[in-house]
Amino acid sequence: MSLDPATVRRIARLARIRVTEEEVPRLQAELNGILGWIEQLNAVDVEGVAPLTGGAQMALKMREDAVTDGGIREAILANAPDRAGDYFAVPKVVE
Amino acid sequence: MLDLSIAAARAALRAREFSAAELTQAHLAAIAALNPRLNAYITVTPEHAQAQAKAADAALARGEHGALTGIPIAIKDLFCTAGVRTTAASRILDPFVPPYESTVSANLRRDGAVMLGKANLDEFAMGSSNMTSAYGPVANPWSRRGDNRPLVPGGSSGGSAAAVAARIAMGATGTDTGGSIRQPASFCGVAGIKPTYGRCSRWGIVAFASSLDQAGPFARTVEDCAILLGSMAGHDAKDSTSADVPVPDFAAACARGVAGLRIGVPQEYRSDGMAPEIEALWQQGIAWLRDAGAEIVDVSLPHTKYALATYYIVAPAEASSNLARYDGVRFGLRTDGEDLVALYENTRAAGFGAEVRRRIMIGTYVLSAGYYDAYYLRAQKLRALILRDFTEAFRTCDALLTPTAPSAAFGQGEKMDDPVTMYLNDVFTVPANLAGIPGLSVPAGLDGQGLPLGLQILGRPFDEETVFAVGATLERAAGFDARPAVCAGA
Repeated sequence: MSLDPATVRRIARLARIRVTEEEVPRLQAELNGILGWIEQLNAVDVEGVAPLTGGAQMALKMREDAVTDGGIREAILANAPDRAGDYFAVPKVVE
Repeated sequence: MLDLSIAAARAALRAREFSAAELTQAHLAAIAALNPRLNAYITVTPEHAQAQAKAADAALARGEHGALTGIPIAIKDLFCTAGVRTTAASRILDPFVPPYESTVSANLRRDGAVMLGKANLDEFAMGSSNMTSAYGPVANPWSRRGDNRPLVPGGSSGGSAAAVAARIAMGATGTDTGGSIRQPASFCGVAGIKPTYGRCSRWGIVAFASSLDQAGPFARTVEDCAILLGSMAGHDAKDSTSADVPVPDFAAACARGVAGLRIGVPQEYRSDGMAPEIEALWQQGIAWLRDAGAEIVDVSLPHTKYALATYYIVAPAEASSNLARYDGVRFGLRTDGEDLVALYENTRAAGFGAEVRRRIMIGTYVLSAGYYDAYYLRAQKLRALILRDFTEAFRTCDALLTPTAPSAAFGQGEKMDDPVTMYLNDVFTVPANLAGIPGLSVPAGLDGQGLPLGLQILGRPFDEETVFAVGATLERAAGFDARPAVCAGA
């Protein structure tokens, strides 16, 4: 399957990346090149194969559900591009 | 001093032949001289290094000998370092100063290592040439005979590999998601290991693809890699995928030899287009191991040819999810917009480079409604088949021997015409990430143009000891002692 310009724009919107009209043809060609190359996987019969979701070949270790950290508001806000008091600041969302 | 291995420098520091301050100062001077050419470091941290070296000298004077007390190393700029800017080589993290330290770099610091600075890399570790860094490309310290055009160091951990090769660090950390330690190690003529998934904590490492990312060391000898990994590894409650298994004495395993081991040679790695020199080096490696007492067996990994395409679904899918956090709100770059969505879109367009944007979009697409089963679910099934191949192979052998990369280092700007050409660099390294098994690259020889080539040893999960034993045997047989054109020291 090949991506059309509308799909490229839709993916960019889903990914929250601004794409200008001039960028669309190049992106379309690159993404189609990658997806076309990936099509080779359709040649493999995967019927009945259980998907492998992770790299860890072991059970994940459980830990106690307890608070182990906190009270570090300034450390958390130190890298904020914009803040208002003890909050992250963003453009107005609700009118 | 700059030419010493970590093992030799450690012995000299303990014998007080020179001080940690002198060793660190020599490295800082070499960085000042060579980094403008190599661009291996994004950030150099002389004050940190000098303070840590001073503390190391005090510890040594008290008779306290940590595994790495006073050893100067580079930290890939993907590991968060408390109070030191951490960029992931991306504009979007340009202003980011972490308030915390990654577990791996904290472990190295605990054992007395001295951080010289933060090493350059491909943006968010996405690349095989270090050309995608927002802080400029790294030059490989090696160049072709009679040709001084700059070559790439490989990637993504290109700065780490180049720094170790040029003797402006004794060792370095890297991360390996699809070959990002082993391929640059091969291109720069140093050793580098991606351990088993779960061997090192991922906490505090900027995430690329969480089910594939794994930290590991670079050094100029296999034993030095073993020493570094011994410090880096171990269970961490802050990463549930870090394995709660004992960390063995990796360095001791280097002396084991290979007598009685069965070494598998996978027929599927023999591609038609393989450079004759790489094929010849592989055969030489097989002969070295046979001469050292190993039994060579042919094995089959039938799904090898699908590994790369599988990887380029799984890794972008995970990346698109992991990189959703860079939204211009809580940390990092912000580019304003008329509303919140515009702020997100403008920030991410301005902050991410072309390769990162491409991978996020591929990942977004393969996870999107209607395409998930056709791409992502199918890739996860392929991944299961690739793991099964390795599990079957390890029934008849103890380790596998392959080339690390399909070529030697290439020129800056080459292989940039279309993304897939660049992706093909990782054809021999990606399967180990998908299966979660350990892989080590050892410098084994030079090609006709005088560039280093590596051989790769793959092992069973959590059996890095056998991988080190095989790697050290190859290292002894190869006697690789060539030096790059750009190099500090003698």
